[in-house]
Amino acid sequence: MTATTLYDKIWNAHLVSIDKDGTSLLYIDRHLVHEVTSPQAFEGLRKANRPVRAPEKTIAVPDHNVPTTLDRLNGVENEESRIQLDALEKNALDFGVHYYPVDDIRQGIVHIVGPEQGWTLPGMTVVCGDSHTATHGAFGSLAHGIGTSEVEHVLATQTLIQAKSKNMRVEITGKLQPGVTAKDITMHVIGQTGTAGGTGHVIEYCGEAIRDLSMEGRMTVCNMAIEGGARAGLIAPDQKTFDYVMGRPHAPKGAAWEAALAYWKTLFTDEDAVFDKVLTIRAEDIEPSVTWGTSPEDVLPITGTVPYASDFKGGKVEAAQRALDYMGLKPGMKLTDIKIDTVFIGSCTNGRIEDFREVAKVVKGKKIKEGMRAMVVPGSGLVRAQAEEEGIAQILQDAGFEWRLAGCSMCLAMNPDQLEPGERCAATSNRNFEGRQGRGGRTHLVSPAMAAAAALTGHLTDIRDL
Amino acid sequence: MEKFTKVTGVAAPMPLINIDTDMIIPKLFLKTIKRSGLGKNLFDEMRFDGAGNEIADFVLNKPAYRNAQIIVAGDNFGCGSSREHAPWALLDFGIRVVISTSFADIFYSNCFKNGILPIILPQEDVGKLMDDAERGANAVISIDLESQTIIGPDGGEISFEVDAFKKHCLINGLDDIGLTMQKSDKIAAFEAKNTARMPWI
Repeated sequence: MTATTLYDKIWNAHLVSIDKDGTSLLYIDRHLVHEVTSPQAFEGLRKANRPVRAPEKTIAVPDHNVPTTLDRLNGVENEESRIQLDALEKNALDFGVHYYPVDDIRQGIVHIVGPEQGWTLPGMTVVCGDSHTATHGAFGSLAHGIGTSEVEHVLATQTLIQAKSKNMRVEITGKLQPGVTAKDITMHVIGQTGTAGGTGHVIEYCGEAIRDLSMEGRMTVCNMAIEGGARAGLIAPDQKTFDYVMGRPHAPKGAAWEAALAYWKTLFTDEDAVFDKVLTIRAEDIEPSVTWGTSPEDVLPITGTVPYASDFKGGKVEAAQRALDYMGLKPGMKLTDIKIDTVFIGSCTNGRIEDFREVAKVVKGKKIKEGMRAMVVPGSGLVRAQAEEEGIAQILQDAGFEWRLAGCSMCLAMNPDQLEPGERCAATSNRNFEGRQGRGGRTHLVSPAMAAAAALTGHLTDIRDL
Repeated sequence: MEKFTKVTGVAAPMPLINIDTDMIIPKLFLKTIKRSGLGKNLFDEMRFDGAGNEIADFVLNKPAYRNAQIIVAGDNFGCGSSREHAPWALLDFGIRVVISTSFADIFYSNCFKNGILPIILPQEDVGKLMDDAERGANAVISIDLESQTIIGPDGGEISFEVDAFKKHCLINGLDDIGLTMQKSDKIAAFEAKNTARMPWI
């Protein structure tokens, strides 16, 4: 038998049919749905009088629009947001899919709820009308974002028409230095590949530094595979994966667990499998990282300086100049001299319990810089409850952080949490695009520990200097 | 879906690389539950200032390009968010073709579902078409999907590749859900086999 990659194995296990021209129909095991990219899809079903083919495999969670302030159960002020949230509820109930309403403690960002509830399992195909579906690849499942037409296609048929992607391997060898986290790995990789480096590929992350990561850390790494342009990111499941999954509400139990486990243990890339593209990075070469510009590829170590547009080539020269102007930065200035107005900690990239433990470690017994606006938004109601139980929430609040309810919040600023024009934010989220966190807002992507450090000092800070 | 056979029109040059879907349609406009009406907000933050006035410099605000049907764009067009609102907004504005050296995967796929043809060409060809596009209304470009050719304003011909199935769906304006529904028996067979093999899913 030919040696195959993990991606090949999952792909082959889900092939419903292949046409003569190679067009493949892929079966989808889990379909996650949120309020922004699904209303038109459900409307399409209604118009064509089609049911959801597998409602038991479909999970709906409101996350993008929901306010994260404590008064949100009194109602959503923005009318359009409210209509969209109401539409999700109606669609979920009418079509009989699993649904976690805003007042359910299990509600949260769809990519945090899926793994937490055991919907995401190794070897599955997982899709959602959201590019950060890549997160679920941390479990060794093939997970990627789709458009709304494809959401409708999956709702109606539980399949997707797909062309197979190429295989790419990103290996992180050795051990991370102190102060360097999963977020720094994934940002560093994008800095190396560029935002189109993974286009047309599924990335498998491997190597000692990846193995050493917790499941939370692995989710952070895979989450940003899309920022490197990849269709999906994958990490082969191992004992850490199985330990995380075991006992979750929708994970298999008893004999089914044993059968599943036996299968999951076959999910790895064969030794002789060939990758179309390979990138190897030494963990010790990765430093705490930060973005300076308006593309996730604009990554530098915190010890660096703001680049000159002339440092780049081709179309990037114009893009870099535009980014410098937008970000209001002077080339040559130290990154650690960049003043920060706001700190946002949360998102599907870094809104899990481990992220908040990191933040609590940095800010315990300290106060955030005077005048700093700082918020921590848990990825789910359960993360919030756990952080409260562990005393983390109290530490954060004592330091001066706002402690919010779960949602996507200022990662994409569809809810009331937005930056003002010119406001500069250190964010643990995944995109620093122009206007992403609010029109004219300036975003620097960092790890949770680095965001915490910036909240204390009022400027971008090397966590290793604290 | 509107059929796509041939488009002849003005091409707007957008040489900026990494134009992301947040630029194409900012999140403010994702709160709709409809597919239509997004054209007025296409490239909103690049096209209008904070007070809602047109920014004269922006290409689609220039008289020559207000009715553009084609965009010639820098590398990696459509990266970022999976929002299908991006092709909906392009289509609603009147854009039927985007030409670049590369597209982000999800955006590329979303275009085909909405009657928009994304064309990938080598840097040299994109550069040539970018120069043509700079000439504004004097430079009409013609795209023929059937023959997979682009005819420039000076008669020069460039051929392009496109997946045969995607081409078939675009030319005939086919709803691919309907096509997949014809394979319901195969899907049911797969489900039966898989449920026996992996009962935990």
